[in-house]
Amino acid sequence: MAVIIDGLTYASWLFIIAVGLTLIYGVMKILNIAHGSLYSLGAYAAAYFGGLWLNGGMPIYLVFLVMFITSIFIGILFGAIIERGILKRMYDKDEIVLVLVTYAIFLILEDLIKLIWGVDPYFLYQPYGMLGSFTITDLTYPNYNILLFASAIVIGLIITYVLKNTIKGKILLAVIHDRELSLSQGVNVSFVYFLTFIIGASLGAIGGALTAPMISVQPGIGAESIVLAFAVVVIGGLGSLPGAAIAALLVGFVKAAAIHFMPELDLFSVYIVMAAVLIFRPKGIFSGHEARKI
Amino acid sequence: MSKLLSTENITKKFGGVYAANSISVDIDELSVVGLIGSNGAGKTTFLNIITGYLKPDSGNVIFNQQSITNMSPREISHEGISRSFQIPQLFTDLSVEKNLEIGIRIIEDLTPIKRTKKINYDKKINELLDQFSLSEFAKSTAGKLSEGTRKLLDISLALVSQPKLLLLDEPTSGVSADEKFILMDKVMGAVKKFETTVLFVEHDMEIIEKYTNRILAFYDGKIISDGSPDEVLKNQDVKKFVTGE
Amino acid sequence: MKNNYFKNYLTLFLAFVVLGFFVPKWALYLMTVSLNYGIIVLGMLLLARTGLVSFGHGLYYCLGAYAAGTLKPLFGVNEISIMLLSSIFIPFIIATLLGFLLRRYRDIFFAMLSLAFSMILYGLLVKTSRLGSTDGFNVDAHTLMGFTLSNSPFERYIIFLLSLFFACICIFLMIKYLKSSRGMLAEAIRDNELRVEYIGASVKSTIHINYVISAVFAGLAGGLTAITVGHIDPEMSYWTTSGEFVFITILSGTGSVFAPFVGAAIFETIRSFAYELSPNTWQMSLGLVMLIVIMFLPEGIWSLLKKRKNK
Repeated sequence: MAVIIDGLTYASWLFIIAVGLTLIYGVMKILNIAHGSLYSLGAYAAAYFGGLWLNGGMPIYLVFLVMFITSIFIGILFGAIIERGILKRMYDKDEIVLVLVTYAIFLILEDLIKLIWGVDPYFLYQPYGMLGSFTITDLTYPNYNILLFASAIVIGLIITYVLKNTIKGKILLAVIHDRELSLSQGVNVSFVYFLTFIIGASLGAIGGALTAPMISVQPGIGAESIVLAFAVVVIGGLGSLPGAAIAALLVGFVKAAAIHFMPELDLFSVYIVMAAVLIFRPKGIFSGHEARKI
Repeated sequence: MSKLLSTENITKKFGGVYAANSISVDIDELSVVGLIGSNGAGKTTFLNIITGYLKPDSGNVIFNQQSITNMSPREISHEGISRSFQIPQLFTDLSVEKNLEIGIRIIEDLTPIKRTKKINYDKKINELLDQFSLSEFAKSTAGKLSEGTRKLLDISLALVSQPKLLLLDEPTSGVSADEKFILMDKVMGAVKKFETTVLFVEHDMEIIEKYTNRILAFYDGKIISDGSPDEVLKNQDVKKFVTGE
Repeated sequence: MKNNYFKNYLTLFLAFVVLGFFVPKWALYLMTVSLNYGIIVLGMLLLARTGLVSFGHGLYYCLGAYAAGTLKPLFGVNEISIMLLSSIFIPFIIATLLGFLLRRYRDIFFAMLSLAFSMILYGLLVKTSRLGSTDGFNVDAHTLMGFTLSNSPFERYIIFLLSLFFACICIFLMIKYLKSSRGMLAEAIRDNELRVEYIGASVKSTIHINYVISAVFAGLAGGLTAITVGHIDPEMSYWTTSGEFVFITILSGTGSVFAPFVGAAIFETIRSFAYELSPNTWQMSLGLVMLIVIMFLPEGIWSLLKKRKNK
């Protein structure tokens, strides 16, 4: 039972940090390493402003709103700067070059965070305990875990709904499927890219914000999270939302199982899952169809 | 004339469609065979099965009395079968010279095909450049050449190994009208010199009539006519389904 | 012609030998580290020419370092020549095995799988308290061919010569390899795998071979680093370390076998000085340099030097 709760909790966390990444890849074919920095920025923003809010004696349950708003704001702000300022000029380059560009941005942002907030950790543990706890069998868990789970579901549902049922969403799906065709049909791909990137960035930041109460917010959390997010995205199939969800569940449960039964494996259970999946499905669980080349 | 290549009831289905429907045909050594048929009739599928790009659902391909049905394209190339492609497959960032050098080096050093004692690569490259009149393009980047020259280079790469059987996939498509015959003359010159048997897919009937001594007409995954150019091109079904007269 | 090249290289080599004798300790250290990093990047260059980018070469770097460093605690051996043999051997074995799997992948999947394996090693080492967990442990390279190195006034200089020596060997071997038929295939594969297979060469075998070569280079560099720095830790296998190697590969470009060393030297210099100036912004400086290089010098630093030569 503990494995199930832990698994779901971890899976929720993984999904939230991976979904923005897979969305950006799906539409723009960019593996955004800077996503880790957005996560980090979201966590710092939430911890810092949340801390200010609570210390200022403001209504404590509204701290969640503060966390949410500041992280979205920072996600949109930095997302816009990155996309319009740098990425826009690089779209004609090779895929791997773009990955390196995002890596460079990641390095820059990691230090920027240190410059703004210093190297000492921030804590915002209050929201974690604020919601109370629940008990199953004889195990007690904070209700925060439910918030995490619910957030993952809500995010997943909203994105799926928007993609399938709104015009903007369908345009996004079209661009994911075939960029050139969409261009020829008059789609403003440039705007689509911009929108996608800031949405993806915001999702990353929200992920960070939600995580902040559970960890010590310090330099390095970006590097840790991005590599996990990557693994989940690759396992699920690059650009696939359902893939990210299933991959998150898979990795979440394997990690929970490892912690309980084989703790030595816990740190890299993700990578073992990734290696295993890639061996049987070389491009991830939900991978596209390859057309005949000759 | 011995049978160089035999296919026995080759069948390949894609979804519900037969790309190849129990095709059996024998190819004689030193013949020059044209494959004609409208798009989707099965000519390229046939080529792809022989060269190992596709595996047939059933049937056999025998080359030189050996079954090559389940061999990989690389293994098949070692047996002495080479091909060119509809879209020329070149090393586009490298010079023409370098393209040929790589071809020669692979053949001489990395395959069981040839073992010349001490090969002078430069000499061999120049021989090839001369053979195909590519000398003026020796230093040009392959990706920047005209379509006709790219096709020529693609075919030259296939001929570096002096194969027993050469398969050409639409050698003159995309090539300007005046260049077509020049291209085919050069290719056929090399083919005669190396004593290579040739099969090629073509849509241009003038080319077919000029260079082939046998035609296989494809329709709906089957060979509907097989014989000399005269016979085949006058065939009623061929007129109906292929040449559209 | 050939003799001219040889004379030039020899002159260059001797120049460094002499230079190393006179420069201050910190410069000697910088040069040694640059040479070590250069060796790894030389291996990455081969992979890059084959069209592959590994985001997990820290695996072999780390394996090489630990293979060299654990000889003392395990067997009581701290003779450098044996340590280096070990740092080559272990990565060779692992790369040969992993190569069977990795040679089937390309692009981002190759990058991610290689990353996965390096992170697996990282996880394993962190969980191994006997090896010091995240702290790692110190390496004492005591003797070189019987000559006791530790506490000798020439220790730093001899270690520098060691790195210089191996760097030259690696460069020489790489030049020879790239001139061979198998070596030339790298660029052909990057360009058009299909054509390579249809002419008759095995793409997978070549990738496997190139992968193992690059792994051995990384392992050797890891062993040399263990000796130079005197300390090893699991961070060597963390993905950001591999990221640095990729960074330098891009910085240097794939145009010349000397470029990796120039790129590594520039990287190490920037890192050292930037870190000295402000420990919290050296990554930012690196990131900015990388962006500039990508935007304005797509062929890497080497293209800048080449242009100068032509003038």
